[in-house]
Amino acid sequence: MNIRKNHMRLCFDSKSANESFARVAVSAFMSQLSPTLEEINDVKTAVSEAVTNAIVHGYKDESGEVVIDASLWDDGRVIIDVSDTGCGIDDISQAMTPFFTSQPEMERAGMGFAVMQTFMDDVRVTSRPGQGTSVFMVKRVKGSAK
Amino acid sequence: MLKYSRQGTVLTVMLEGELDQNSSQVVREELDNLIEDTRIRHLTLDMRNLTFMDSSGIGVIIGRYRTLARRGGGVSVTGESAHIRRVMKLTGLYTILDNGRGEASSL
Repeated sequence: MNIRKNHMRLCFDSKSANESFARVAVSAFMSQLSPTLEEINDVKTAVSEAVTNAIVHGYKDESGEVVIDASLWDDGRVIIDVSDTGCGIDDISQAMTPFFTSQPEMERAGMGFAVMQTFMDDVRVTSRPGQGTSVFMVKRVKGSAK
Repeated sequence: MLKYSRQGTVLTVMLEGELDQNSSQVVREELDNLIEDTRIRHLTLDMRNLTFMDSSGIGVIIGRYRTLARRGGGVSVTGESAHIRRVMKLTGLYTILDNGRGEASSL
């Protein structure tokens, strides 16, 4: 049975200015697992995509809160859950299709979930229209010191 | 303000710091102002000082590519980090960039 070594919860306003703060905070937290630079960049990018989705799509630039739960496990996993209580996603499989975007006028590439799926080992999305979305992600950190 | 230089129809712009949803709004506006001059047909994005980019940056590049492609030109990138190269490769961006064929085949 795996043991959770550490956990943190981050809650912040749904402002784009917080994207950088969020990804840096998570990457600093996971540094306890001695990740490689590539692993840090993978997680930073995935967190950035998930937080951007929450702000831009979940809240559609209205005020709300984004919550990040991150935990470190003794088998080297970092588990990250990015959640919002925004508008939710009607069709998750459509939202996760590469190049699909609900906001083409905003020049969104529609690649957020594809980036998350590529850079993380597991990505699961749960959502309820009108209630919010949760993006659950796992990264297995092999690290530089192991 | 973005640093840039121009030689004939080619505009070279230095991207610095981080390019995410937050910063992409300003970068998009500044790039559009710079390529407003229709004599500019090619945009080179110098990424040697760009430390982070997510898919928001991909949207910025594709949007500028569309503008310049209508003039018969395009966009190229230079100096990108290995991680930014992975993001761009994943999204297929190299297939539309001026330096696409060489970069894509070497990766």
